[in-house]
Order: sequence, then C-alpha cells, then structure tokens
Amino acid sequence: MSKLQPYFHSVALDIENCKGCTICIKHCPTEAIRVRDGKARILETRCIDCGECIKICPNHAKIAIADDFDALNKYAYTVALPAPSFFGQFQGPDVTVGKILQALLTLGFTSVYEVAKAAEHVSLAVRRYVEQSPIRPLISSACPAVVRLIQVRFPDLIEHLVPIQAPVDIAARFAKEDIMRKYDLKPEQIGAFFITPCPAKVTALRQPIGLENVWLDGAIPISTVYAKVLRVLPYLEDTPELQEASALGLLWGRASGEEDAVRAPKQVAVDGIRAVIDVLGEIEIGKFHDVDFIECQACRGGCVGGALTVQNPFLARVNLERLAKELPPESSLQLEKSFEERYNAGDYGLELNIEPRSILKLDDDFTKAIEKMELLEKTVAALPGLDCGSCGSPSCQALAEDIVQGLATEADCVFVLRDGVQSLAEDLLELARRVPGSISHEDEM
Amino acid sequence: MAAAGNKQALMSITYDIVAGDFVRGGEAAGKLKRVLQQLGLGANVIRRTAIATYEAEMNVVIHSYGGQLSVDITSETIEIICSDCGPGIPDIDQALQEGYSTASDDVREMGFGAGMGLPNIRRSADEFSITSTVGEGTQLQIRILHKAGE
Repeated sequence: MSKLQPYFHSVALDIENCKGCTICIKHCPTEAIRVRDGKARILETRCIDCGECIKICPNHAKIAIADDFDALNKYAYTVALPAPSFFGQFQGPDVTVGKILQALLTLGFTSVYEVAKAAEHVSLAVRRYVEQSPIRPLISSACPAVVRLIQVRFPDLIEHLVPIQAPVDIAARFAKEDIMRKYDLKPEQIGAFFITPCPAKVTALRQPIGLENVWLDGAIPISTVYAKVLRVLPYLEDTPELQEASALGLLWGRASGEEDAVRAPKQVAVDGIRAVIDVLGEIEIGKFHDVDFIECQACRGGCVGGALTVQNPFLARVNLERLAKELPPESSLQLEKSFEERYNAGDYGLELNIEPRSILKLDDDFTKAIEKMELLEKTVAALPGLDCGSCGSPSCQALAEDIVQGLATEADCVFVLRDGVQSLAEDLLELARRVPGSISHEDEM
Repeated sequence: MAAAGNKQALMSITYDIVAGDFVRGGEAAGKLKRVLQQLGLGANVIRRTAIATYEAEMNVVIHSYGGQLSVDITSETIEIICSDCGPGIPDIDQALQEGYSTASDDVREMGFGAGMGLPNIRRSADEFSITSTVGEGTQLQIRILHKAGE
C-alpha cells in the first residue's frame, strides 16, 4: 500500500459498553490496546484486526464495523459470496449446501457464488507456486490477520508469504466477470458481498494488501446473516443445482483445509494467533527450513473460529465435515479460460508487494533509538514487573515503552504511585513531628 | 573484540546461558532480537543476528557446562561473543563442516544436532572466528555489520 491514509480498522470500540477493565489489553497479540481515562483505546498502527479482543471482551464493547443488508440497495445486481465457514454454522440432518445457498437468495441477493469454489482455484495456484518457488518455508497469505501480523511483527518473513490472492478476492472477480458476461452489466452495477467470519477481511476490503483492484464491494458478518438464514431454512426445498464447490474448497473453512488442498510434500497447519506467533518466531531463526508450506490461521479452529461467527467452532467443524461428505471430493474447474491460462497470465497473483509496517522501532533515528533504549531499560527496572495491567498498558515492559515514547508516566503505575504516596506521607509525618520552640511537647498532647 | 576496540559500544548486553536448559534455550537470542527490532535495524540484519545467536546459544545449552552471550552494539556493527565453559572442540575444521555433529541421540530426537549450527553461524556472520581449548571451553566471535538506522 503506497497510499498514505489513516488506517481503517474494522475492529472498533463501543465506548458505552467499555468498563475500562484490562482484559482486552492482555489478550491483544500486538499490544495494540491501552486503557486511558477509563476506556480502551486501539492504537491504529498496531492493530491487525484479528478480532481477539472482540472474542474476549466480556462486555461486548469491542465491535466490528461492517456492512449491513442496506448496502445491497445501491446495486442493480447483487451476489452473495458465502465463506466456506458459513456453511458450518448450521446443523441438522436436513441441512444441505444447496438449501443454505437458496436461503441467501431469499434474503435479497440476486445470485450466489461460493468462495469455496474460488478456494479450489487458489489451492491449485498455491500448489503450483510451492512447486516453482525456491523459498522455504512458504507461508499461506489467505488469512489477512496473519498477513498483517507478519507486516508489523515479522517483517523479514514477508518474502515467505505466497503471493496468491485470497479465495474471496478471486471469488469476487470470477463472480462479477461471469455476471457481466451473462447480463451485459458494468462492474459498478454489481455488488459483490462477502459473508464474512472475521473483521480482518472487512479491513482488507477497505485497505487491501497486495491488491490494486478490489472486486469486492462489501462484507456482511456471518453473525448478521445467521438468524435470517436460520428462520427460512426449514421451509426451503433443496436446490442442489446452486451448489458448485466440492469438498476440497468447502473444507477451507476449518483449520488444515488449505493444507489438505495444497498437498505440499512437507507441510504444517497452525491455528490460533499465539501458536502462529510462536511458529513465525521459529521460522525467523531458521527452524522449519525444510518445511515446504505452512498454513497459518489466526483463529483457533480456522475460519470457523472467527470473531464474527455464531456457532461453536468445534461444532462448526463437524457440521462442515458432514456437509463435505455429501459433495464430490474435487471438481473439474469450470472456467471460460483454463487454469493454466489464468495462472500464467498472473490472474491469481497479488498485484502489489506487501510492505513492512514494523511497530517495534523506538525511533527512526538510530542514535535516538539507542538513547530511548537506555531509558527504557532504566524505566523497566523501576517498575514492579508484575504485569498487572492496572496502568492501562498490557505489561510493565509496554508501560515502559509508553513512558519512553511520552504516552504515559511512571505515576500511571499504581505501585510506583503508592511508593510515592507512602514516602510523601512519611515526609509529612516527619514534618508534623517537628514542633516550633515556642510550643512545649506537653501542650501538644 | 580487538579489531572492534576502536568502535565504541553504544550499548552492551550480557545474557547468561544455562547448560541443558532446553526450556529457556533460545531466550537470550529472542530478547536480543526484540532489542534490535526496537533499535530499528534492518530486517536482514536482525534475521542474521537472530540465527547466529540462536545457534550459538543452543550450542552452549547442548554441549557446554554453561556460558554467556555478550553483545556490544556500535554505530556500525553488532559484536557478539559467545563463550562457554565446557569440553571444547578438538577439531574445529571438522566441527565447521555441514552435517558434522557430536550431539547425543536424545538431543537429535529433539530436532537439534543436525550439524548445521556452526555452519549457519558462519553463513549469517559478516566476520566469524572461533577459538577452543579442550577441557576448558569455546569462544565464538561474531560480527554483523548494520548500516545505522536502516
């Protein structure tokens, strides 16, 4: 992204609901939240929109800014792009992929295009890229929160990211191209809406990484669509002709789905942001050098564990796997151009480089950074090291960094403050005990 | 480091390394990496330093009776000395060959001991030297050049 603009974030604070507790600051993987003046604040440059704070906040004060059904009214033709994880939200023996797609049509979409179908294309493209690239290990770029995590915390791993577009971006493009051809419409007349499990994808839509042309027009959370679909689902006839994706694509909705589809000789699937951070740290020091491909998903359980899903991720996984059993294992990709043509034309590839966005640097100037580093060490040593979070920063180390950057003071630490008050009180007492010569000690009694 | 003596250390850090502690093994390299990131050094410099110090640290954990990782950061270089008390290396040339290792089977089962430690350090460093006295210990000197502020 070369455009200099303030960062847009899907993850935002509902200030009314925030009690100023410090639970979210402790769970943020990039230490992007501070509590100041009794309310949580998100530091824009650090936030990767992973949604961990949305999941952990007991007061539902962390929300995702996304689109609603109103957005459909702007377009002559609308197409719903349900994420593979969407299908795992529904259970029961009568549920089929066809019925869920039919339900989306009853909600007002003109047509549907399964992101799972695009995931099959992406699987082939990634498989091909892994065969051709000498870089090891290659890391999947499908999870936008992981891509952002790498930008801010592991910038030297950017070259390990597979520069292939995420399934939803491919889906939006293929769906629109198809509709344009069939109905002779212009791209701006068609609204392509992702039914999304995660806020990171909403952010990616407004602030794309590695893409110049975004075909997607909006993202509606699964949690917004869920109840509406649930209401109509029992009354629908099965419509198998709507369903085009195979099991290979559908299973991308849960952890290890991409790995299963890419089929690299030696591969690893990692899910959960903490596990991802551990693995990325180990890749940096040269471990995993003999692994060909690593699937990294910020959410535990994969996309079914996304912050905007409704169903328990373990149940959603089982639901997804049951649906997948009814589908052909792999489809012959129906395309007006062949996969080969598309791959060689670069249709699947990212259009721009992914840029580093390191957040750890204390100062752009090396000498100043050294000075700040020295101050930082002294400051850390003066703090209690309990990482209690009462100051509003996630740890003593983080508070020290905030102090060095002028964003907090030592008195924000309740322990430093208490020591200060105590020594002040002792001084006061000492002063109070000193009696002027004109007053006798007995008078004082 | 003699050659670096004319370059004044702007910052010095020393980490202790405990022999046989695989749980903490890698922490020193990890902490150093964070410091270098905070100083805003280039990704390539950080990565090479991380690999070299991690491998050096793990060598101390695996082979020695304990040691230290000392780091001086100057305006142009990162000077690393990793020294240990231990059995020493009888044949340094052999130890520098890829795939040569004296690590025990237990250690190999944990994924270490592939004989890539010293070769990886040498590859990551801009300057590298090793001295070892059998029965006393080993000292590695690693220099990595960083263009300030990059």
